[in-house]
Amino acid sequence: MKKDYEDIPGTFVFDADRSREGYHLNQFCISLGKQKNRDAFKADPEGYLDKYPMTPEQRQAVLDRDWNRLLELGGNIYYTSKLAAFDGINFQNLAGLMTGMGVEAYREMMLKGGRPIEGNRYKSEWGEEE
Amino acid sequence: MARITAGVGCSHVPAIGVAMDTGITDQPYWKPVFDGFKKSREWMKENTPDVIFLVYNDHCTAFDASCIPTFALGCAAEFQPADEGWGPRPVPVVKNHQKLASHIAQSLILDEFDITIMNEMEVDHGLTVPLSVMFGEHGPDDEWPSLVIPLAVNVVQYPAPTGNRCFNLGKAVRKAIESYDEDLNVMVFGTGGMSHQLQYKRAGLINPEWDKRFLDMLTEDPVGLSKMPHVEYLREAGSEGVEMVMWHVMRGALNDEVKEIHRHYHVPASNTAVGHIILENV
Repeated sequence: MKKDYEDIPGTFVFDADRSREGYHLNQFCISLGKQKNRDAFKADPEGYLDKYPMTPEQRQAVLDRDWNRLLELGGNIYYTSKLAAFDGINFQNLAGLMTGMGVEAYREMMLKGGRPIEGNRYKSEWGEEE
Repeated sequence: MARITAGVGCSHVPAIGVAMDTGITDQPYWKPVFDGFKKSREWMKENTPDVIFLVYNDHCTAFDASCIPTFALGCAAEFQPADEGWGPRPVPVVKNHQKLASHIAQSLILDEFDITIMNEMEVDHGLTVPLSVMFGEHGPDDEWPSLVIPLAVNVVQYPAPTGNRCFNLGKAVRKAIESYDEDLNVMVFGTGGMSHQLQYKRAGLINPEWDKRFLDMLTEDPVGLSKMPHVEYLREAGSEGVEMVMWHVMRGALNDEVKEIHRHYHVPASNTAVGHIILENV
């Protein structure tokens, strides 16, 4: 089925298909909202991850802290940001990492008014296929 | 009889809460954000409602991916501030007007809105940041000046309810409140947004022209605005800009004609634009 929201560059719309794919990954991430779980994950990362039946790719992306890969594999930003918070990375710095700009350049862009809409509406504007 | 006097639209950026909680609101980065709420706080002092019906979204705090209600109404006696990964915000417990909340739940369901009833729920920054910006600093030992009825809307898993659905829900909320037999001053808050994208390679998108048009239409042409399709929010206002649908519940609960009391818009606060508007029923 064609999805009208798939022609937006640099964006994953977290729909039912992505939710299904990312379910166990996202449930792991959200578990880090509780202190006792943060303690358990810190003490034994691999053992803690065993409780969540993620795909090997999802598990590796967690261990690698590959923030974009987590989204590509069905993660949702509100969930993956809990893993970032666990690492002490705030929302703005996480965004800096995901854009590939780095933290300082991203912050500077936001101070200057953010990423403009011109040139950022359609995949073709990024030289990507729809 | 209970009556709705005003509506407030307001961003709920988590970093705004952090700035208040850590006392850095006078720093040059934050001052323009908070200056825009000065008038709002004075207005709130003069017009403190008995009850705030607060529309917000939970950020995977009270709800995880196992259960995703489109509309969840807080019916518990009180709601504790949630731990979102770095400990709970040091703000007061949110207290409900429980009888009005359950009256609204009944009325909405009989009006054919399928509402999930929450008798246990923690509330995250989506709800507490708007209270903080409108009421000013309140510590955990204080009380919020108004009772609060929370309505959590799913805007995390696509699709969020349509703007039109939210607008009509607002009308049903108004009908419910106006049929409640107690003399109460009620305000409706619609929170979340403006343009922002928190994720992936397009993160940091800000579209001030779109945001300003949204605020203009919210006041002057709310019915036209409520027809906006999701793909336009996602494309023009960023993937998280779709939170703006929640402002339609607030607008639907007000009169067709309203008076705009105050407006504030500033870029940036962390990754987003801050938007804020106060509308009074005339």
